[in-house]
Amino acid sequence: MAKLEIINLGVSVETDQGTKQILRGVDLTINSGEIHAIMGPNGSGKSTLAYSIAGHPKYSITQGQILLDGEDVLEMSVDERAKAGLFLAMQYPVEIPGVSVSNFLRTAKTAIDGEAPALRTWIKDVKDAMESLRMDPAFSERNVNEGFSGGEKKRHEILQMELLKPKFAVLDETDSGLDVDALRVVSEGVNRIHQDNNMGVLLITHYTRILNYIKPDFVHVFVDGKIAEEGGPELAAKLEAEGYDKYQKAH
Amino acid sequence: MSQHGLSEHSHGSFVPLQIRSERPKSTSVSDFAAIDSRQDLWRYLDAGQLKGLDQDVLAEYEAQVSFSSIPGVETYWLESSNEIVGSVGTPEDRVAAAAYTNASKTLVVRVTGELSEPFRIQINGDSLAPSALHVFIEAKPHSKSTVVLNYQGQGVLGENVEISVSDEASLNLVTVQNWSADSVHVSAHFAKLGRNANLKHTVAAFGGSLLRVTPITTFAAPGSEVEMNGVYFANSNQHIEMRPFVDHASPNCKSRVTYKGALSGEKAHTVWIGDVLIRVAAEGTDTYELNRNLLLTDGARADSVPNLEIETGEIVGAGHASASGRFDDEQLFYLQARGIDELSARQLVVMGFLLELLQKTDLPDIVESLSEVLQAKLGQK
Repeated sequence: MAKLEIINLGVSVETDQGTKQILRGVDLTINSGEIHAIMGPNGSGKSTLAYSIAGHPKYSITQGQILLDGEDVLEMSVDERAKAGLFLAMQYPVEIPGVSVSNFLRTAKTAIDGEAPALRTWIKDVKDAMESLRMDPAFSERNVNEGFSGGEKKRHEILQMELLKPKFAVLDETDSGLDVDALRVVSEGVNRIHQDNNMGVLLITHYTRILNYIKPDFVHVFVDGKIAEEGGPELAAKLEAEGYDKYQKAH
Repeated sequence: MSQHGLSEHSHGSFVPLQIRSERPKSTSVSDFAAIDSRQDLWRYLDAGQLKGLDQDVLAEYEAQVSFSSIPGVETYWLESSNEIVGSVGTPEDRVAAAAYTNASKTLVVRVTGELSEPFRIQINGDSLAPSALHVFIEAKPHSKSTVVLNYQGQGVLGENVEISVSDEASLNLVTVQNWSADSVHVSAHFAKLGRNANLKHTVAAFGGSLLRVTPITTFAAPGSEVEMNGVYFANSNQHIEMRPFVDHASPNCKSRVTYKGALSGEKAHTVWIGDVLIRVAAEGTDTYELNRNLLLTDGARADSVPNLEIETGEIVGAGHASASGRFDDEQLFYLQARGIDELSARQLVVMGFLLELLQKTDLPDIVESLSEVLQAKLGQK
């Protein structure tokens, strides 16, 4: 049983107009096997939370803590966080020309595990994972994210999650830009990994659509850099009906 | 990053310092002044770095050259007094003129058919005596071939390579410079394309204290296409200079020039001067040239200058882009977020950045052996 704790987290970012405070005291605890949905309007700081957990250098921590089973995540480098079991499925995965998917996956798996995977089982694992995400086998010889469609990029993120087997995954608007078929495939993948590995999930989304496929245990409404309301799955239904207006007016 | 789109493009009233087409040509060393960094052609170099290649007398290099024998290729040494020598191109600088004059024999490679495997020429240097070599590659009409020139060992070599790609012929030419660290190689390439001809020209420059390649492609007839690619990696105190030139002298030809370099270490220096000339006759030209450099450490320097001279507006497109920078932080973050540490991430990205162009040679063995060379260079300062 693992635990990811975010305690009173404050984050700022440098802009042309100076320092801008984005997160203003976020508290959130996720245990293994739990699915937490973070919902909120654009610009509320959802993605900043995702990137801060992963350790993107653009974001400065101004207050608070992130603990993974009591270990100080903020003291870890980006790759150390990944090795510790954190995974960020990115909203906009970057192209890495010249690096093939197969080479990238093997390099990442070796880095996470501290040793190269046994070749035969690895090839089968990759093949099975790609099949279940309905990805063409030729995909593995393409360069990372190069010329991928929006849907292919998201499947590729989930493929990595399946193979790297993190303790906790943050899904940053994985549903954006997906048609219904792709959304179903990607959601099935997330549910399967969640179930098989007892992975904890932080699902960041603007829309309730993905919650028809991935059932959250907890829903947190994110407004202006902090959590404005928390509840169970019923809160998502309420947001679907009422939107974010009342939170923004209150602010 | 300075970037011009692929749309029709003109520099308006801009007047270049020297019109590329008016550069003097001669096979005689004495027609060129002693090399001096005040001359535009040599401004990035010190004459001493040439290790004697600008002298009047150079040694022959026949003994250091070997080649395979495969059906569809005739190969022989020819007296350089033969009229075909110099028929494709003649020197535009002092080192090329010295090499031209001193190579008494010329290696002729004539491709007459469609080759089932690459034709390989091996150049194995064994001393630092300044030497001269002349190679004449002829791809006969309708032939299809891959020719590899692989340079290694220890050498100080001045060279002219003439490349004739006849009507409807297709040539994939790859040169690999992987000399010892004290070697010098200055090579002038002259390619001339006939009608509907196709040339893929790849330069890979890795080992040597000074590597300088000046490849010129001239479109002598309409409907042809050239892809000029270059990959280089300079470590500390290495000087690598690439000066590609595409002469669009005929209508409806297409050129793509892409050079990518990486630099790592104190006084690693690369120079890329990319010239494209679109002459009055060259209506329907489509050209784009690109140079990208990746600086991996402080103390390295990449010079990059694209030049475009346009004498007709009736073209499909003309553009160029040049960018030198540290490698992308977002790429680094993505890889690190998958557990890959910073050094390994850098290696993965640099290999990706450079191998991409090498993969276009369709020569897996070259890609593999150069990957190893690159890994070694990444570990060096």
